[in-house]
Amino acid sequence: MNLPKPANPIQPPETKPSSNWLLRLYIAGQTPKSLAAISNLHRICEEHLAGKFHIEVIDLLEKPQLAEGDKIIAIPTLVRRLPAPIRKIIGDLSDTEKTLIGLQLKPKQDI
Amino acid sequence: MTTAPLQALEKCPTGIVGFDEISTGGLPRGRPTLLAGQAGSGKTLFALEFVLHGIEQYGEPGVFVSFEESPEELATNIASIGFDLERHQHENTLRILHLDIDPSDMIEAGEYDLEGLFLRLGAAIDATGARRIALDAVENLFSAFTDLRILRAEFRRLMNWLKDKGITAVITTERGNNTLSRHGLEEYIADCVVALDNRIDGQLATRRLRIVKYRGSAHGSDEYPFILDQHGFSVMPITSAGLSYPVITERMSTGVETLDAMLSGGVFRGSSLLVSGTSGTGKSSTAAHMIDAACRRGESSLYLALEESPDQIMRNMSSIGFDLAQHVASGLLHFHAARPTASGLENHLATLVGLVNTFAPRVVVIDPITAFNTGTDDELVKTMLIRAVDLFKSHGITSLFTALTNGGDAPESTSVAISSLVDVWLLLRNLEAAGERTRGLYVCKARGIAHSNQIREFLLTHTGIKLVDVLLDTDGKILTGSARLMRQKQLECAVKARTTDSARRREVLEKKRHALEAKIAAMRADYDNEIYSLEAELEREDAHAELADRTFSSLAIRRSRVNLDDA
Repeated sequence: MNLPKPANPIQPPETKPSSNWLLRLYIAGQTPKSLAAISNLHRICEEHLAGKFHIEVIDLLEKPQLAEGDKIIAIPTLVRRLPAPIRKIIGDLSDTEKTLIGLQLKPKQDI
Repeated sequence: MTTAPLQALEKCPTGIVGFDEISTGGLPRGRPTLLAGQAGSGKTLFALEFVLHGIEQYGEPGVFVSFEESPEELATNIASIGFDLERHQHENTLRILHLDIDPSDMIEAGEYDLEGLFLRLGAAIDATGARRIALDAVENLFSAFTDLRILRAEFRRLMNWLKDKGITAVITTERGNNTLSRHGLEEYIADCVVALDNRIDGQLATRRLRIVKYRGSAHGSDEYPFILDQHGFSVMPITSAGLSYPVITERMSTGVETLDAMLSGGVFRGSSLLVSGTSGTGKSSTAAHMIDAACRRGESSLYLALEESPDQIMRNMSSIGFDLAQHVASGLLHFHAARPTASGLENHLATLVGLVNTFAPRVVVIDPITAFNTGTDDELVKTMLIRAVDLFKSHGITSLFTALTNGGDAPESTSVAISSLVDVWLLLRNLEAAGERTRGLYVCKARGIAHSNQIREFLLTHTGIKLVDVLLDTDGKILTGSARLMRQKQLECAVKARTTDSARRREVLEKKRHALEAKIAAMRADYDNEIYSLEAELEREDAHAELADRTFSSLAIRRSRVNLDDA
């Protein structure tokens, strides 16, 4: 029986990432949400990406023009630049489950 | 402690035709206005014009934030209207932000706010010094993010943020099912709410705009029709500022001498005429007279033909002696043909406005206005005609409307009660008698003009319209056509008979007089003769008497002398 292949091939969580992940976190000043996002992101990356990641924190209060490039509206926004495709996760990343789904480190639950 | 004087609400003119009139000045300055309407109702165009007019007419830079259409799509939409988006962007008076948010792109993982939006808007506003902003299709913002709580809070924050900056904003959104806007945004935008509607009336799409709410300002609260065409967004207010037109006392000929006489000199310039009648009574011919007379005076004229083609009209009019083609060739007469069902009433009115502005006619004919009645509400047609009459009066244009009446109804009931709107009403009626149909013309009303209240027979000859007096029968019935001719002959014969009779009598009288005079002459002659002979006799007797006297006295003297001699 041929089951349709999932649209986004995802790696099972146990496999180590093959290449370096490039993550960009957009914040606007050192607000509680932004600080929470930074710490949550670090935690999740340590847990699931085993060191093969690079986090860039961009403070839009200092460099507002950078918001145009990634079309940022919500703050904080996490943009996974590598591996492709680009994925966006918004919020303080307190919801680990959703963050992992967004980063495609976990499959979306079928309803 | 004195209280500060109440400040009148400052208005921000939109530059949109008609809107600033019905909003008595424009939108509230420094406040957000909500514009709700279904898809295709013209929200984006309104918002665009608001920003662009601000730049071009009022020197206020602006930012246009589109949550749906791309800058290229926007440019295409308004290309025909003539705004130069590129130049304004180049000159940094306009910034267009395209915030297309693809919800499938995003996952929400925790608390967030929309500070990114604020930052980007802030950057654009600061870069241009914007005083105006438009947020087009904000419902897309709401559908992109699922946390309504956050969205509502942020939306409220955005409105306050814009108010703090003193920026006048137009926020457009889709209509909701139970609420005016899909996400109940009218909760957050309390200062001014405008609703756009696009409905089908009698198979024609008609657009309506309504100022639902305008805090602190007087505003027209009715629904106003508007159109979207190559000139952009135009609202048509029903009346101009009050019914105040300059009063004209100059009279103008209708082109028919006898009709002018019936109107004691003609119609007032700038007045409106209605010529109504059943089919084939000669309404268009009356219109042709007026047009021809105007063109002969060198006045520009406009003929709006709604049922017949201009060529057909010209051909028909040439059969009664009018060469309208020469006026068309000389550029004085402009025909505009349109099928009333081809577009909504507002579009027709807008076309009319355009034609009036382009050709500046002194006389306009709309033939027939009843063509608008097919498939539309009578009230709407009447409203449109009120505005047409309004337009003409404010330009001092003399207008003539022809209207078809049903044969069955009383001729006074025109299906659109326009007769109350016009200054002069001519009624053409078919008169049937003695197996013949003839036409009669009444002047039903003529405001401010002493007019004849008698019917005249209306004849279409090859030299135009002739109005002739009708004749009355012995029992008071009106006689027209051949019956009239017959009666006319009768009367002529009677007159002739009378004249011959009196001539004869006069002759007889003369003769008698002569005879009398002859008699008198004869009698006088006799009398003269008698007197003459009588006088002659008298003279002789006198002479006799005198002689006798003398003889007597000489005898007496001789007698006395003889006596002396004797002694």
